[in-house]
Amino acid sequence: MIAVALTTAFGCVALALLFNGWRLLRGPSIGDRIMALDTMVINAIAMIVLIGIAGGEDTYFEAALLLAMVGFVGTIAYCKFILRGDIVE
Amino acid sequence: MTMAADIAIAALLLLGGAFVLIGSWGLVRLRTTMERLHGPTKATTLGLGALLLASVVFFQAKAGVWTVHELLISLFLFITAPIAANMIAKVHLHRLHTGAIAEPTSIAGPPPRLDGSDWATFEAPSPDAPTATAER
Repeated sequence: MIAVALTTAFGCVALALLFNGWRLLRGPSIGDRIMALDTMVINAIAMIVLIGIAGGEDTYFEAALLLAMVGFVGTIAYCKFILRGDIVE
Repeated sequence: MTMAADIAIAALLLLGGAFVLIGSWGLVRLRTTMERLHGPTKATTLGLGALLLASVVFFQAKAGVWTVHELLISLFLFITAPIAANMIAKVHLHRLHTGAIAEPTSIAGPPPRLDGSDWATFEAPSPDAPTATAER
């Protein structure tokens, strides 16, 4: 039962990543692209968590936590650069 | 692995996958940027929370010990997702204000404009701004 659910969840997250990629390429504004990148990072974390469950290994957790932090800092840096023309003032 | 844990893990996995997919589908389908902001910030965050809960239950059923370090990611995400969404909304309002983008107004109508001033932009801070946000 877990195997079927896991495969379905993999498919859902992969489809979600494709949707995000479409929005990232399509735009139309910079805000949309930043949002698509941010969502892509969250979906990548979801993918890593699923891979961890599928492999039965606990070590993927660190990668997911690091990606969550780096993704957040990246989003904020993009937004600050658009808003102020500088990241650290 | 017991039957109850099996069912719980499968249900959480399906719930998480569905919410993540719904969030990204909202990102594709909705018409304006402010509407599109709703999908990823709420549905995707909730979906990832369910997937992380599934991971917690799975490793408990497999190894027999409760680990909560997956919940760290959940906690971190629940704190940072609103901040990131707020910054993206600021970018959008700023670009609308400067005329860099023109898009049809959403159902909610145009965003309210403070008289003469705009926040979080290239403008110099107004003279009566509190010192916490603007050094004089």
